[in-house]
Amino acid sequence: MDFKQLAFYFFAAVLVFAASMVITVRNPVRAALFLVLAFFSAAAVWMQLHAEFLSITLVLVYVGAVMVLFLFVVMMLDINLVRLREGFGEYLPIGGLVAVLLVLEMAIVLGSGPFGIEQMPEPAPLPADYSNTRALGRVLYTQYLYPFEIAALILLVAIVAAIALTMRRRKDSKYQNPGKQIQVQRGDRVRLVKMRAEKKS
Amino acid sequence: MTAAMPNFLPVAPEIFVFSMACVILLVDLFLSDARRGVTYLLTQLTLIGAAVLTVKGMSAAAVMTFNGMFVGDALANVLKLAIYGVTFFGFAYSRDYLRERGMYRGEYFVLGLFGVVGMMVMASASHFLTLYLGLELLSLCVYAMVALQRDSGQSTEAAMKYFVLGAMASGLLLYGMSMLYGMTGSLEISAVRKAIEGLSADNVILVFGLVFVVVGIAFKLGAVPFHMWVPDVYHGAPTAVTVYLGTAPKLAAFALVMRLLVGGLEGLAVSWQSMLIILAILSMAAGNVIAIAQDNIKRMLAYSSISHMGFFLLGIVSVSQNGYSSALFYVVVYAVMSLGAFGMVILLSRAGFEAERLDDFKGLNQRSPWHAFLMLLVMISMAGVPPTFGFYAKLLVIQSVINAGMIWLAIVAVLLAVIGAFYYLRVIKLMYFDDADDKAPLGGPADVRVLMGINALALVLLIPWVGVLMEVCRAAIRALAVA
Repeated sequence: MDFKQLAFYFFAAVLVFAASMVITVRNPVRAALFLVLAFFSAAAVWMQLHAEFLSITLVLVYVGAVMVLFLFVVMMLDINLVRLREGFGEYLPIGGLVAVLLVLEMAIVLGSGPFGIEQMPEPAPLPADYSNTRALGRVLYTQYLYPFEIAALILLVAIVAAIALTMRRRKDSKYQNPGKQIQVQRGDRVRLVKMRAEKKS
Repeated sequence: MTAAMPNFLPVAPEIFVFSMACVILLVDLFLSDARRGVTYLLTQLTLIGAAVLTVKGMSAAAVMTFNGMFVGDALANVLKLAIYGVTFFGFAYSRDYLRERGMYRGEYFVLGLFGVVGMMVMASASHFLTLYLGLELLSLCVYAMVALQRDSGQSTEAAMKYFVLGAMASGLLLYGMSMLYGMTGSLEISAVRKAIEGLSADNVILVFGLVFVVVGIAFKLGAVPFHMWVPDVYHGAPTAVTVYLGTAPKLAAFALVMRLLVGGLEGLAVSWQSMLIILAILSMAAGNVIAIAQDNIKRMLAYSSISHMGFFLLGIVSVSQNGYSSALFYVVVYAVMSLGAFGMVILLSRAGFEAERLDDFKGLNQRSPWHAFLMLLVMISMAGVPPTFGFYAKLLVIQSVINAGMIWLAIVAVLLAVIGAFYYLRVIKLMYFDDADDKAPLGGPADVRVLMGINALALVLLIPWVGVLMEVCRAAIRALAVA
């Protein structure tokens, strides 16, 4: 076993461990942090596949942006941990059994034949100045233009939907009207009242 | 490296609908609530414009563009035109319902149009990637539309269930696609087809991928045993959204079945045929039997949609040109019938009152004989009583099943359809032979009443042209076989 293989098995093991911790750990903040670990290990595995751009994007986008946002939300929400865990143990035996069976069956089907390691010869090494990013960019805007545009449309829909579902204009919210503020006259704010001076008693 | 500019002309309808949806999104921002009608009109004009563009762009031969990601063939055109029509009617029915419930905002129409783009993408997908992206685009719009009534716990619950199950179904579909990709080395549907011809039909991994694909499709269709979300979503969603998601997306689901199973994986027909038979029988049985026990008309129509999906799968099961075209015919007719039924539910609802219970249809004949008659037409068409389109659709599917030599399957289908007739006829009985609890005459704006009339009468009056419509469906399916 050379170093490459060792590194792969190490990261893969960490990935599986972190992923299972995400769904079993009690505290949602810890679960989110384990998810960060899972993303890191996945990025490392991708790096070994020479997919540097994707791997760096995974770290930047998911770990850097999405998970931080997620942590914020988890910390801001008052989540009742007891209720969250309700029914987990109840469904664990049957669910676990089904999951183990499924994994075993899939391993039997996929572990052999056309997906075996000997079927996939190692690709020729790429030149040192080969740019993964450039290659991706080239096909993204030529061959895959149409799906790329549809993906952009999906993001637009996500924005529209998120705003439609969450933005509320409250009737009692107070906001300023700059136009009115500028046009205000002294008379609108100050009222001079003539009063006779009071006599000292 | 230079890339050839793709031919944008075949994609003109998609681009048009998408651009108009963006325009409407902006225009709606500057409209006061009183002038929201402009949004509605623009939306309807968009659908008409898209129909014109699609008709103009029709050509005899299939057109491929965007490096084989997009195909414009007769099947895509027929489905797109049907989608515009059904959505047009659906929006018209929903308008008053939305206004009375404070949901008359641009988002409903904009999300609806984006959903239409998703369906169009699916209808003319010739690549697994575009097919999947179109499906996601449609699903995302529908999830949001179901939850649009934010203060209703029921809608939120429905949207949540739909979202979780829909996401899982997408995952299954993607996993299946990745297996097929692993075996065939391509995501392009025609290339997959060729690659499968070179492999044996009982290749374990191909069948393994196929199982996941079929499960994903069954989830999206709402076929038993993957139907759990259908009644809850139909019931929980505002009726204006139910009329949208219960009609046009069925046409898109048909495109999904045709492009994936028939277009790409016909070489594995032996395997998926038996899977679909099980799905079809279970759907027809569970859908028709459970519908009898419902006292909520939206739930009843949801179970009825499950049974209709089972029936339409029978057309696919026969694995023949005739079978596919009868399935296409069936789906289009079902979309029109379902449109009529949900349209009537909307028409009976008023501000602060949802005509959801079957009892709300009691004595409809006393309140409005005309509407009772229209509902009668829709119901007997759903039940498959001659001389309606529902009857011809069922007849053609049964015929194709018999031609495929599965007489037992045809007998089972007919028996289950007879069981199903019970609950359609019950609605008719309620409308004509029971006394109304609420004798108020039926309102509704004039244009909706006219459209409703066209919708329901079309199920009977167009019968002389049934041959023409069948021929259109046949031509659409033939185009798929050539491509």
